[in-house]
Amino acid sequence: MPLSYTIAVIAIPLFMFFFLGLAGVKMGRKLTGWLGVIGMLITTILAYGVALTYFFGTGQGQLAADGARQAVVVFNPDWLSFTKELVVRMGIMLDPIAAMMLIVITTVSMMVHLYSIGYMSDHHGHAEKGYQRYYAFLALFTFSMLGLVVATNLFQIFIFFEMVGVSSYLLIGFYYQSPAAVHASKKAFIVTRLADLFFLLGILILSYYTGTFDFDKLVFGANGANSLEVAQSAISTAGGATFLGCSVTAWALTFIFIGGAGKSAMYPLHIWLPDAMEGPTPVSALIHAATMVVAGVFLVARLFPLYVIEQGAMEIICVVGAFTAFYAAAIACVQSDIKRALAFSTISQIAFMMTSLAVSSADGGLIEIHGGHGLGYMASMFHLFTHAMFKALLFLCAGAIIHAVHSNENSDMHGLHKFMPITSFAFLIGCLAIAGIPPFAGFWSKDEILVACYSKGIGWGIWMSMVAGMTAFYMFRIYFLIFHWKKHEVHTEHAPADQPWTMTLPLIILGLISIIAGFAPAAKLLGWDGKDLHTQLNWTVAGTSVLIACVGIGLAFKMYYKENELPDKLQARFSGLWEAAYRRFYMDELYQFITHKVIFQGICKPIAMFDRGIIDGFFNLLAAATGRAAYGIRRLQNGSIQSYVYVYLVGALALALVTMVCVLI
Amino acid sequence: MNLTLLMYLVPSLIMFGCGVYGFLTRKNMIAIMISLELMLNSVDLNFVVFNRYLFPGQMDGMFFTLFAIAIAAAETAVALAIIINVFRVARKVDINELIKLKF
Repeated sequence: MPLSYTIAVIAIPLFMFFFLGLAGVKMGRKLTGWLGVIGMLITTILAYGVALTYFFGTGQGQLAADGARQAVVVFNPDWLSFTKELVVRMGIMLDPIAAMMLIVITTVSMMVHLYSIGYMSDHHGHAEKGYQRYYAFLALFTFSMLGLVVATNLFQIFIFFEMVGVSSYLLIGFYYQSPAAVHASKKAFIVTRLADLFFLLGILILSYYTGTFDFDKLVFGANGANSLEVAQSAISTAGGATFLGCSVTAWALTFIFIGGAGKSAMYPLHIWLPDAMEGPTPVSALIHAATMVVAGVFLVARLFPLYVIEQGAMEIICVVGAFTAFYAAAIACVQSDIKRALAFSTISQIAFMMTSLAVSSADGGLIEIHGGHGLGYMASMFHLFTHAMFKALLFLCAGAIIHAVHSNENSDMHGLHKFMPITSFAFLIGCLAIAGIPPFAGFWSKDEILVACYSKGIGWGIWMSMVAGMTAFYMFRIYFLIFHWKKHEVHTEHAPADQPWTMTLPLIILGLISIIAGFAPAAKLLGWDGKDLHTQLNWTVAGTSVLIACVGIGLAFKMYYKENELPDKLQARFSGLWEAAYRRFYMDELYQFITHKVIFQGICKPIAMFDRGIIDGFFNLLAAATGRAAYGIRRLQNGSIQSYVYVYLVGALALALVTMVCVLI
Repeated sequence: MNLTLLMYLVPSLIMFGCGVYGFLTRKNMIAIMISLELMLNSVDLNFVVFNRYLFPGQMDGMFFTLFAIAIAAAETAVALAIIINVFRVARKVDINELIKLKF
């Protein structure tokens, strides 16, 4: 299949957005949904065709002379040309991670489209209000995310980054009658916008000093050039300019990372993601687990050669990632809301990917110097792929459960295994995959990440292994609490059951993918320089991590499989710690304090008072004075025409007199 | 008898004075309009006379007068229409009673 078909992959969702958004109101709700599904199916097939052609085909410029898989720019027209040098282009570029992302996005989006047919209906199968809007927004989101991954330059990526943020905002606030959803959507938008400000700053600094927005001049070796050398020469274009002791490119890259951290919910910009769970659950699966939140990881991966050279920025990412992974995992251990627990698990897993990208500088950094290879990069991208699959699976399972019991709280679930066997089984697969039990998908990618971390330093490796153990614990805690613990008490008029086939089929498909995705030849295809990495399983690390995961699962089994006193006792024993973790270590309160007490009260209020009192006051005074004067002389206009004429005549005569006097004198 | 410039200007001035006086003192709107026409005609007369005596070689004043007459006709028609409409609404033509257009 020609690689230029990528245009269709991007154009179809855009068309579906306009079509469903404009014409959807005239059509039936169900019809709109199915049209969305069909459009997405075509997109998915095309995306698979393009990605597989890119990976396994030859002869369209994807193979360099030495056999490395290189970036292919399918087309790249000028979009905005300010001057001869300053040109913003809009194009399509395929490279290994872009092709992989095409598969990830379309697969998850396809599953979510299909799943939503069932999820967005009530128990009688009638579609909810706003169905058309929902599908239009899903299409918009898919379009923006696809546009982001195939971007040819930083500016294009920024534009689509923003569009992803907008679609996220629209979908979180889908239930706009609910104040919580409105607050959550605003929070998500504002936090990510704040981060995007830094992203924009980073782009501007980087492009000002290197003189280009284009990836093929920044990080990609087109026509077989070494991408590290390209990055090196781009950085040397900056001419060693420094600011506060760091090179400007390091600053720019750190700013760009902050932008990515906002979207990828890295500490301390993670606060929007748990609240974003107010949106419909399939949206959480699509945006807040599988695709949008990895935009930040993707961004760092896209600029990887630059980050490799600027080690300072890399260290920051490493620390932030490792801390966030632990922090989010700790919170996930005590959450009682299933979606929130999954949200924190997402944050933790994304942090795994970030850390993995960042540690790869240590072993695969300056390739020639260290003689290592970019294992962390490959592991991160591989984990991105597998995580998208099993996290989408987990969220869709959560959606099925919520749809069945009408509650997000663990306490309303318990013992659902008998009622929803398929969902239970799918959820178990997802848990095994995320915990890293072979042969499920998560094992393979997480193992690579841990190997990369150990090669940076034994401390990093132990830290991440510990977080991996916590992952196994909290996922199985959720699993046991939902599906076992005690007998389910039926509160509603109908007992919970497996959902209709539109919701069950995606679970089965994603479950199968979660089992086999680990066998994808990631090391061969996703190397940072397009070459085969020749990795092999490191049995020491793999064995340890499986052991740790098993310990975590065993602990969860002991505590949560059958109803017992142990969790309550532990909670009472460590009540302070438990409370702190349950309240997310008071980060929201801290933000509340900073924004309301410091910024609003301390800064905004005085400025507002100056504006209202002095600036506005001056103009109000002018207006009032004019008004008073006008009020005073308005009596001259008394409505009698003849009196006007008298005044006019007297005035005219007086003027004539004055003129005459002047002339005579 | 030789007619001089002054012999035209004096009647014109008298006409104008009458117009002004009528405009200021009459109560009926129709009468006020007639006064207005009187003023206009005295000015027309001035134009013609000045043209004839001061610049005999040119025709500007004549043409101006012709224009003024034509426009005065149109203006009279409009004014009459307004007066009729005011009368229809207010049932009066006394200018001292029609003082609603004020602050």
